[in-house]
Amino acid sequence: MIGTDLLGIEDLERADIERILDTAEHMREVGRRVVKKVPTLRGRTIVNLFFESSTRTRASFEIAGKRLSADVINFSPSSSSLKKSESILDTARTLDAMDPDAVVVRHSVAGVPKQIADVLAAPVINAGDGAHEHPTQALLDLLTVKLEKGRIDGLTVTIVGDILHSRVARSNIYAFGKMGAEVRIAAPPPMIPAAVETLGVKVFTSLREAIEGVDVVMALRIQSERLAGCYLPSVREYSSTFGIDREKLKYAKEDVIVMHPGPVNRGVELSHDLTDHRPSVILDQVRNGVAIRMAVLYLLSGRRQEDAQRIDLGSGEGR
Amino acid sequence: MNDVAIRRALMRIAHEVLERCEDLERLYLVAIPNGGVPLARQLTANFKQIADVNVIVGILDTTLYRDDLKLKGERPLLRETEMPSAVDDRVVILVDDVVKTGRTIRAAMDALMDFGRPSSVQVVGLVDRGHRELPIKLDYVGKNVPTQAHELVRMSGQDGNLEGALEIVVMPGES
Repeated sequence: MIGTDLLGIEDLERADIERILDTAEHMREVGRRVVKKVPTLRGRTIVNLFFESSTRTRASFEIAGKRLSADVINFSPSSSSLKKSESILDTARTLDAMDPDAVVVRHSVAGVPKQIADVLAAPVINAGDGAHEHPTQALLDLLTVKLEKGRIDGLTVTIVGDILHSRVARSNIYAFGKMGAEVRIAAPPPMIPAAVETLGVKVFTSLREAIEGVDVVMALRIQSERLAGCYLPSVREYSSTFGIDREKLKYAKEDVIVMHPGPVNRGVELSHDLTDHRPSVILDQVRNGVAIRMAVLYLLSGRRQEDAQRIDLGSGEGR
Repeated sequence: MNDVAIRRALMRIAHEVLERCEDLERLYLVAIPNGGVPLARQLTANFKQIADVNVIVGILDTTLYRDDLKLKGERPLLRETEMPSAVDDRVVILVDDVVKTGRTIRAAMDALMDFGRPSSVQVVGLVDRGHRELPIKLDYVGKNVPTQAHELVRMSGQDGNLEGALEIVVMPGES
């Protein structure tokens, strides 16, 4: 079963993923009640430690924790504390001394949640680290597909966009692969990571071929700073070749669904009309995100390691 | 207790519930999964047969309300919750298969209050084993089965029907 932390989909077994999805399906029911709160994590403390700014993911974790009755503290270390030359690990250790029951970490550098997990007694949940992983996003995407299609096994999913810089793409490639779906990626060649085929995906540079007969099209957000750089000639060229609209969707299965991790650059990754209407399921993804995060917090609660274990992990100061 | 005995007990309990309830329209059965679900279904069928009333059945998982979630370790699996309507002003009858410590019933009462304010709450237990750890008393009992605390009593054939019988499995060495 799931270990102490949730750092990436790569570490999970299929049975772990199924357990999280099953738990999240039950958590959805709590969100439909008049009283959207259960006492499960009453008296527990969850710290949202976001080194990189985020509104949606942080709010989603905060609502998830509060629906389970936990106290949720948002901690966004400002540049000032970095100026005071407090290292990331020092910040994490300081927080750990306040005995949280779970720490949710986002950082712009890959691997930081793992480093923090190594020194903390509390379970650590990765809420996105650089271009590495964003496991709860992939889990909510799996849940959305499962609820729409009734299964994941045997489906074909195409991920479109900046695969190279995307932690969402990486987590989803692992996630859908482990659950038995065929994963295709489609992007302009500079946005395709080297040797990505070794992750078991089929690579396309033509959008039309990539979405031929597929069940799910997942568009990734294009970061504007990358549009100006060497990766793409222009926004207009990207949207005409890789932007999803109803015309291009005709090549996919009739009951195709369109997903996006948000926020959408309207008219770039998705046409305006598709952003707001079926077959896009963007707001369902957001709703399912709360249920997935409730499930992860529930399953990882009670996994704080014994104080004894953290003595040798500290920087020499005994406790 | 075989399935014939279980059916007879449920018929008797249905009569007892109807006898005590002043307004049948307000009855609301709430089953505790998994064992309570087939029992509650059989009870509604009995109500229909005896008094021609349609009684709503809800399913209420108590896992998120358990009192042992503060402890370390593996979290229990969640089960279905399906409450078709609010419980305000209803006479709610909780239905469980085997009642022992009373902790599940305590959790079920807390969960129920999140769905509204019932006018009263009563409890059906098919089997009462004793060994109560909380001040909870059953209103309707199928059968009192004196057991050792370490024995395990479970209902087989829980897939929505009452086939099979209750079995007592003795688990030595555990307390």
